Amino acid sequence: MANKISLNLISGRTIQQGMCIETGKEKPTYRTACGIIEMDPSDLKKMGAWKNTNVRVTSEYGTVVVKAIETTQGPHPGVGFIPMGPWANSVVNPNTYSTGMPTFKGTPVTVEVAINEPILLGIELVQKQCGVKVG
Amino acid sequence: MSEYIIKNGHVFDPVQGIKGDKKDIAIKDGKIVDKVGSSAKVVDAKDKTVMAGAVEIHAHIAGPKVNLGRIYRPEDKLFSYVPKGGNQRMAGGFSIPTTFKTGYEYAKMGYTTCMEAAMPPLFSRHVHEEIRDTPIIDEAAFPVFGNNWFVLEYLKNQEIENTAAYIAWLLRATKGYAVKVVNPGGTEAWGWGLNCLTVNDPVPYFDITPAEIIKGLIEANEYLGLPHSMHIHPNNLGNPGNYETTLDTLKIAEGIKAKNKFGREQVLHLTHTQFHSYGGTNWGDFESKAKEVTDYVNKNKNITIDTGNVTLDETTTMTADGPFEHHLTGLNHLKWANVDVELETAAGVVPYIYSPSISVCAIQWAVGIEIPLMMKDPMRCFITTDHPNAGPFTRYPRVIKWLMSAKARETQINAFKHKDKVLSQSAIGTLDREISLYEIAQMTRAGPAKSLGLSSMIGGLKPGMDADVVVYNFNPDKPVADPDQIEAAFQKASHVFKSGVEVVTDGEIVSNGNKRTLWVNAKTKENPQVMRDIQEKFLKYYSVSRANYEALGHHIVPNPYAIEVDAGQ
Amino acid sequence: MTKAVTDVVCPFCGTLCDDLEVTVSDDGKQILEVANACVIGTAKFMHSQAKDRLTRPRMRQEDGSWKEVSYEEAADYTAKILAGAKKPLMYGWSSTNCEAQSMGHEIAEMCGAVVDNTAAVCHGTTLIAVQDIGLPSCTLGEIKNRADRIIFWGCNPAHAHPRHMSRYSIFPRGFFTGKGQKSRKVVVVDPRLTDTARLADIHIQIEQGRDYELLNALRVALNNEWLPDVVAGVPKEKIREVADVLKSGRFGIIFFGMGVTQTLSKNHNIDEAIALTKHLNEFTKYSIMPMRGHYNVTGSGEVLAWQFGFPYSVDLSRGFARYNPGDTSTIDLLARGEVDAMLTIASDPGAHFPISCVKHLAKIPSVCIDPHQTPTSGVSKLHVPVAFVGIEVGGNAYRMDNVPIDTRKVVEPPEGMKTDEEFLTMVRDRVKKIKGVK
Repeated sequence: MANKISLNLISGRTIQQGMCIETGKEKPTYRTACGIIEMDPSDLKKMGAWKNTNVRVTSEYGTVVVKAIETTQGPHPGVGFIPMGPWANSVVNPNTYSTGMPTFKGTPVTVEVAINEPILLGIELVQKQCGVKVG
Repeated sequence: MSEYIIKNGHVFDPVQGIKGDKKDIAIKDGKIVDKVGSSAKVVDAKDKTVMAGAVEIHAHIAGPKVNLGRIYRPEDKLFSYVPKGGNQRMAGGFSIPTTFKTGYEYAKMGYTTCMEAAMPPLFSRHVHEEIRDTPIIDEAAFPVFGNNWFVLEYLKNQEIENTAAYIAWLLRATKGYAVKVVNPGGTEAWGWGLNCLTVNDPVPYFDITPAEIIKGLIEANEYLGLPHSMHIHPNNLGNPGNYETTLDTLKIAEGIKAKNKFGREQVLHLTHTQFHSYGGTNWGDFESKAKEVTDYVNKNKNITIDTGNVTLDETTTMTADGPFEHHLTGLNHLKWANVDVELETAAGVVPYIYSPSISVCAIQWAVGIEIPLMMKDPMRCFITTDHPNAGPFTRYPRVIKWLMSAKARETQINAFKHKDKVLSQSAIGTLDREISLYEIAQMTRAGPAKSLGLSSMIGGLKPGMDADVVVYNFNPDKPVADPDQIEAAFQKASHVFKSGVEVVTDGEIVSNGNKRTLWVNAKTKENPQVMRDIQEKFLKYYSVSRANYEALGHHIVPNPYAIEVDAGQ
Repeated sequence: MTKAVTDVVCPFCGTLCDDLEVTVSDDGKQILEVANACVIGTAKFMHSQAKDRLTRPRMRQEDGSWKEVSYEEAADYTAKILAGAKKPLMYGWSSTNCEAQSMGHEIAEMCGAVVDNTAAVCHGTTLIAVQDIGLPSCTLGEIKNRADRIIFWGCNPAHAHPRHMSRYSIFPRGFFTGKGQKSRKVVVVDPRLTDTARLADIHIQIEQGRDYELLNALRVALNNEWLPDVVAGVPKEKIREVADVLKSGRFGIIFFGMGVTQTLSKNHNIDEAIALTKHLNEFTKYSIMPMRGHYNVTGSGEVLAWQFGFPYSVDLSRGFARYNPGDTSTIDLLARGEVDAMLTIASDPGAHFPISCVKHLAKIPSVCIDPHQTPTSGVSKLHVPVAFVGIEVGGNAYRMDNVPIDTRKVVEPPEGMKTDEEFLTMVRDRVKKIKGVK
């Protein structure tokens, strides 16, 4: 049985993310590195899904499909980590509360299995949400 | 290049001994000449004062701690920002002006050569980038040596020749001008949160005293024969009773003769003397010891000083005396910034308000005025505010007003909330001397130029010298009705020429000129020991490579002017 | 035969390593190998010569396709949209040299633009805190030579600044730290057991977003006063233990990153971290340093500060500089739809801004100056590829501790390709003509 669970979402750098921005954000490797959510095994269990499943992450501010993987820097039950990039920024809290800085860390999200939904490539994901025509 | 003739002005030139006579000054191809042709552009200086471009011997105007001050004080930009227009970029900042404003304001006051007082060598690229972005004025920067690990180790072993070789190498690597010493030993101690408050306090681990550092650097400076002398900010700055540390510091120079080919006669330059002339034991019995300090300097002619006048403004203190700044934030609880620099030095920044309602600030003001009034030789006493520490450099005209007018001083003293204390804790009430225009020219032109070893180039109007010429709207023949006229005249010059190019007309910038960065290239004989030590320290202890430390490309210093010193004997 | 270029400066992150060795082909045209760089730096050098690299500007057409244009046409368009806008925004600057930044400022001043850099989404809140409370800090060599207490708070250098710990903060044997890692105690504060935390002597797995409370509790512990049983998910005994560890060192440093700059308490977190550092100076010697992200975001802040007086979010639209984060900052300007033209250079807001801001960028006339294809170029009207600073052109950059290092040119850029500075000079000259400036 697949459940919708709640997580606290944070975002940040990874080495793989760093390498991919230098080797090309248009490439599938960027999606592999950043179109993911790192979850604690206990949260994967709660959600009722195997690791490496596509999931839909939704917040008050947006929604995105990424691949749920087992965390590489855990344990951190209750916390989800999406590396910095357009996938994370589809859902993070954009409010700056007059400081100029969005709230990239600490966005409440829900996560549910989305096995048949595709994970878009990085540039494509942004273009689609902005309604930019691609010829 | 253009020819100009500045006609009929009252000329004040200590280099030629001209004390206000009406004389024409001729400019051709960037130099002062005897005469020019009939096609020369005429500048009418009738009823006006004519002097050489002024020389700033000590100000903090370019570099990492200056910029840290700008970054962390956005409030310093409120109310006084000038929009772009004409030849000027937009310009802002009251106590820490942007680089554009720095160049414009100095030029408008007739300053044409300015020394950045303290350059941390690791940051020389930053200092030079800011110098490049400061329009009009020629500049130079003093690298700091008094807490440098190479210097501490060599002087512990009394190796003067090695110290000299290292100084020469560093001046070349950083395009620096002189040997600057700040809180010798104490700023290295600050790397551990400690300090050296007397000249005999040993530096932790290096086990050398400030006295040994000072003596060694004076000797190394004379060994090289550099244009300027060792330039020192002594230990124990700002503390009641510190005049004793100051006298201990000055005594180290006794009997040492200047050795150089630049006409320099001093072996020690004491900077911002006001901060180092305090008596008393606490802020309650705080008093002026300007007399004790100036008595000593008057008698010992191998010393020059600059004043460090307090201007009674809200300003920003910034100095390589890191422990002092930590102490200051403990006193006034205003925001404190600090940067310790590996192997070399440190810096601290704290805002400060010199309120006329606070007796200590008022006494500090009095000390700063007493010093030049008590100094007998204006060629050895120069006007500064240690910008921005005691006040912004834009207040120089106000300082000149106070020195030239006993009435202006009296007005200020009467305005103090604790006037009685100012009069009892200093001698300001007994001094009625009024500095003359000729003496001002000595204290702001010929004097500093000579002390810096630049007397053949700047600070005077003798044919052959650089055509840095200023015309002020001040008639020396007319009695001064209102002292504020002095301040107004010196704030915005009528005409300013820099290297023969007209840069200011009627108080407005008309050209950015073609500024130079002065630096000293001291050629010593090869010293493999020092080169090996440099190589080793970069490999083991610095966080940048030696090749990158030395890289100072043309895009960073676009118009360098090297003063050559042949020190290889 | 090959040639080795030494003392190469890596143009990726704020660590600004300057000990890289790049092996090039005998004719000096090809990069063959990079030594001493981390994987990200190596990737940057090696992929700068990828075969699919864009070498000419391209303009988006009505049907969404790209059409190649000349640098001249690109400069015409850029000058036109900036000079013609009521409130243009010039954003980024963090991955180019100070010379290009300075040229950009000339354009901004003439056009009355807002100039902002990536501190806007990185250490901008640090700058706000510094403006409130100050900053006791030092250069990285001081850490190497003196520090025996290293705290990483809300940052993960193992991933974001890979060589930081070996060059400066944990492993080096310095003058007073001859035993290297054994001379030091490392404390990591992070809600996850990160790869950096695995190297720590103490890992505090803090409750995410509760840094302000924990920083404050440490100050209470330094004063030996009462603490509640648990603060930020950390038991009070642990808090006192950490306070003692911090206090007992002879030179401590707090490195911090996005974990405290981007969480809800933003600049207040940093305020408290700096207050803790100041407080620790009553017991021993302490400094604090932000882990700057891009290799020259610090430089952009420095150049903006000495030219205009403020380090980021500088609004020149009234003819003189104004600064008010929340009002003049890029995220808020885009969120409120307040800019009508945007130039992005040396950064990727398309990938790193919240999507709601990118939506506005996509609507207005826009230029993206970047050697790479990015989400920003994907939504801009004009994409101008340029040479890589630090690889194909030199120029000054500032490290995270504000130390300036002049980057080096290692190989030539592709034939006919311009540098940021060259392209911006073309734009500036065109803007001058449009504005009638001599």
